[in-house]
Amino acid sequence: MITQFLSQMPVLLVVLPLLAAPVCVIVHRAAPAWFIYALISWACFAIAFLLFVQVRIGGPISYILGGWPPPFGIELRLDALNMLVVLLVTGIAAIASIYARASIAAEIPRERAYLFYAALLLCLCGLLGISITGDAFNLFVFLEISSLSSYSLIAMGAKRRALLSAFQYLIMGTIGGTFLLIGIGFLYMMTGSLNMADIADRLPAVSDTRTVEAGLAFIVIGLSLKFALFPLHIWLPNAYTYAPSAVSAFIAATATKVAVYALIRFLFTVFGAAYAFGQLPLGEVLMVLAVVAMLSGSVAAIFQTDVKRLLAWSSVAQMGYIVLGLSMASATGLTAALAHIVNHGIIKGALFMAAGALFWRMRAISINDVAGLGRRMPLTAAAFVVAGLALIGVPATGGFISKWLLLEAVMEDAHYGLAAAILVSSLLSVIYIGRVVEALYFRDPADNDGKTAEAPVSMVAATWVLVGASVALGLYASPLVETAERAAAGLLGSGA
Amino acid sequence: MNALWLPLLVALPAVMSLVVAISGRWPNLREGVSVATALALLAGIAGFIGDVTAGGRPSFTLFEILPGASLTFTLEPIGLLFAMIASGLWSLTTVYAAGYMRGNAEHAQTRFFVCFALAISAAIGIAFAGNLMTLFIFYEMLTLSTYPLVTHHGDAESRDGGRVYLGILLTTSIGFFLPAIVATWLLTGSITFTDGGLMAGSGLGALGAGLLYALFLYGTGKAALMPFHRWLPAAMVAPTPVSALLHAVAVVKAGVFIVLKLTVYVFGVDFLAETGASQPMMWIATITVLGASLIAMTKDNLKARLAYSTVSQLSYIVLGATMASSLGILGGSMHIAMHAFAKITLFFCAGAIYTATHRKNVSDLDGLGYAMPITFSAFFIASLSLIGIPPMGGIWSKWYLMEGAADAGHIAIILVLSLSSLLNIVYLLEIPTRAFFHNPRPDTPRNWQEAPWACVIPLSITAAGCIVWFLYPLPFTALLSPWAPQ
Amino acid sequence: MSLATIADAFFGLFNYWIVIVLMMIGFYIVISHDNLVKKLIGLNLFQTSVFIFYISMGKIAGSTAPILTEGDDAVYAHPLPHVLILTAIVVGVATMALGLALVVRIHEAYGSIEEDDVLAADFETQDSEAATERARQRSAEARQQAGARDDADDGHRAGGERADDGHGDERT
Repeated sequence: MITQFLSQMPVLLVVLPLLAAPVCVIVHRAAPAWFIYALISWACFAIAFLLFVQVRIGGPISYILGGWPPPFGIELRLDALNMLVVLLVTGIAAIASIYARASIAAEIPRERAYLFYAALLLCLCGLLGISITGDAFNLFVFLEISSLSSYSLIAMGAKRRALLSAFQYLIMGTIGGTFLLIGIGFLYMMTGSLNMADIADRLPAVSDTRTVEAGLAFIVIGLSLKFALFPLHIWLPNAYTYAPSAVSAFIAATATKVAVYALIRFLFTVFGAAYAFGQLPLGEVLMVLAVVAMLSGSVAAIFQTDVKRLLAWSSVAQMGYIVLGLSMASATGLTAALAHIVNHGIIKGALFMAAGALFWRMRAISINDVAGLGRRMPLTAAAFVVAGLALIGVPATGGFISKWLLLEAVMEDAHYGLAAAILVSSLLSVIYIGRVVEALYFRDPADNDGKTAEAPVSMVAATWVLVGASVALGLYASPLVETAERAAAGLLGSGA
Repeated sequence: MNALWLPLLVALPAVMSLVVAISGRWPNLREGVSVATALALLAGIAGFIGDVTAGGRPSFTLFEILPGASLTFTLEPIGLLFAMIASGLWSLTTVYAAGYMRGNAEHAQTRFFVCFALAISAAIGIAFAGNLMTLFIFYEMLTLSTYPLVTHHGDAESRDGGRVYLGILLTTSIGFFLPAIVATWLLTGSITFTDGGLMAGSGLGALGAGLLYALFLYGTGKAALMPFHRWLPAAMVAPTPVSALLHAVAVVKAGVFIVLKLTVYVFGVDFLAETGASQPMMWIATITVLGASLIAMTKDNLKARLAYSTVSQLSYIVLGATMASSLGILGGSMHIAMHAFAKITLFFCAGAIYTATHRKNVSDLDGLGYAMPITFSAFFIASLSLIGIPPMGGIWSKWYLMEGAADAGHIAIILVLSLSSLLNIVYLLEIPTRAFFHNPRPDTPRNWQEAPWACVIPLSITAAGCIVWFLYPLPFTALLSPWAPQ
Repeated sequence: MSLATIADAFFGLFNYWIVIVLMMIGFYIVISHDNLVKKLIGLNLFQTSVFIFYISMGKIAGSTAPILTEGDDAVYAHPLPHVLILTAIVVGVATMALGLALVVRIHEAYGSIEEDDVLAADFETQDSEAATERARQRSAEARQQAGARDDADDGHRAGGERADDGHGDERT
């Protein structure tokens, strides 16, 4: 019984949230829907943890859906790389379940809240599916599941601008998804296979054709739209700003990261580093875009008056770090990119949660609205400060570890200009985080209506769990870095 | 003593800061806890003296942060000296701060003492750091834990001061120090402090080493080398005990201590002497010595004048490191101690004067010497020590610095040091002269007297220290024997 | 290049030309049109072109439908792309439904489905919002500066005030 359960765990990651979503709709009430979401997300987290341990001990796991062996059937494939992403996604989802209840009760009408949890479960299902599938077309389907549910989640934001933001995201996201579909079609034409490992085996024979090159281009652009690589990022600031707080936190921490994971998977596992970065100048293109994203995102963040929009622009910049790491196509660069996927997911989740807690209290989130809250909401404000420090990359936080690895990667290849760009972008982040911190602590509150209490315990606690995780990963980063190193070695080994 | 004590000693002030926070309701208990912690810390560190003097290097590794970079504490002579001074003067400063903060009825005193303890914890962490990673963690912790102290008043002025403070310290550390550490790691494959340095076998040329050295020294923004010195005057918006302990002892000494440590244990004195890689920074330091003294002369605000004096004196220590001779290291290390005692006395006096009279400017101090004889006598003694006149301890460090300069063949440095002493006379001795020999301003009330005893006793002790170290410099030379003349 | 090869490139690959033309028409509509419903129609066209791409990929000239019959070895079309595209069509339908639902909500909220109008309404409020925020910041800073000046004017009084603050702090 137990062994049977253990052998079925990979598929449960996808099936549990998928089945729970309609249950949420059926129960039709907010409280039980929340309970289902919490239960499922924690169950997924537990499964992810067990699988992580299993992969760590026994190496990659292959799960064959429906008993059809690959390359004909769909394969779920778990290795060091995607277990890292799965742990991040399920972990954030589980912590978001603590956070969401109070936050959603305040931001979404009670009679519609059950739909929110259903959509969130579908989004979780899609993200986990992208992470664990070994089938290219299956990846597209899961990507669209997660995207469609995130459009509707964003549209649930309180302001009417959320609707237009969601619509713009829908247009751009669908174009991105369709590009991915075209790219996969090209690959299928040339190789006759959809299984990623199988495509990788057959590609070298046909890799010199224009079709494969076009396929690579469509896949890269399609996924870049999804993770908002400059200049395909214009949907992101609006979407993050107007989404409900819990959604901003969840999506900012996971959706873009999973899309980057998909890009890494395609570039390194399917095409292979030697092809994408050796024969084609993809590395240089991504590098330039990453640097522009790092600098322009940080500069744009400095001039925002809305705290959530500021954080969203900072996400554009931080995606630049990740892409820069992978564009090096070296073991250190990939390690840095993977470590930053995890670290930034946690940090940005914490920041958006803290911002959401401030919003919960003030019902508005411009810098003027949060002024003076440092004394009224000391725990939330302190969480924002610590997470902000982690974003800057102060030592003893997770952000420092990824910055260290990234610097190591670029200086190893003697790209001193890139090192300077990384440091300048970090210093720009000091300015935008500093603006919020100064408003929190040095200005008088905008009004004196005596709202002095903290946000609900559940919201503050969830925020601090993520903040604590970030600090823990900064002090004791060896496990994360070792896992990322192993994943990077696996990627480069299979590609070379 | 067991090396396990090293992390415990670093953690002690941080843990006790929680107790301080809890006991905030009872001010006497709160300050009592602080003083007791400081004394316990001092005793704990003193327990290592015998071991380290005998050549031991107790070391303790907590865990691995990244593969190859662990959280490690290693005790060596200069670090021991710095830690003893920081913890010893912390106990005195706590007594003084109790008098000052209550005398001026400052707000948020509990937060003040909590951050103070955290800052000391970070300073001890820097002193004990066994590799660059550990050093960098505590360096940033020191920057961040002192920020609430600098901006203690919470008004627009302190916010602006805090901006400059954080802006410069974070810019230099993230912009220069971090890439320098990564470069060291890539060049040598190690970031552990090693006797004789890491660079010797790295194949780094004079230009590369010079650039890396400059990156490290400017990255150590706390050493206040020009043009990155502006944060120190900006930090003077803080309450005076903060300026006294942190911006005359713990923070700035952490900066120059790091410069010494990098010179000795990362680059290696011999390597620097061979390649001459440290010479450009040596001239930057001489410019800072003279430039800051000249600026100090123009400042009328007492604390600003002392701040620029600190900038100037810090570069003495940087000079000692950059001249790449072992006597220079000895002189620089001793100057950490001598300048600490002298400058903390001066700041204590400035704070005592403010508490008693609410006067901040040099030109307002005319004739106050008779109302506050102890304070101004202490000020006079400490000034003499800074100038380097016997019978004050300051002569020893200046003596070794000059000897080191002669040893390394830099005659110009000796001239610079002499010239700087003359400038010190001009801007420091003006203050006791005004106090004792000028007539009081007409609006000075007759009933002004000394500040509370809690302020006066610490400054008397530190002033006495200046004299004692002249008569009895043996502890320093014994501890620093690896660099002492044979 | 001879006329024959050009003709060959055109007619031999005519299904791809159709896909490209459809795709570009759809893309152009998405970019150029203001009306949100027309945008969605363009998007649908864009997706449909990819469906045709997949379907035509699996077709072999002269082949039959892929139905297994007894003893039959006829050439039949590749069924897998067709099955795949069924899934993609479902995704497309879902996207369209969600998009239209959003347009309905936008119409309720803004009273228009012209992107220009909606953006104008947004930018109007956004501009005025940014201006308000700047004004608030300025006034708050001015208030604090004034407070700081009061403090500096009279050190003793400021000290006294701080004392009150301090005691409040100590008690809480």
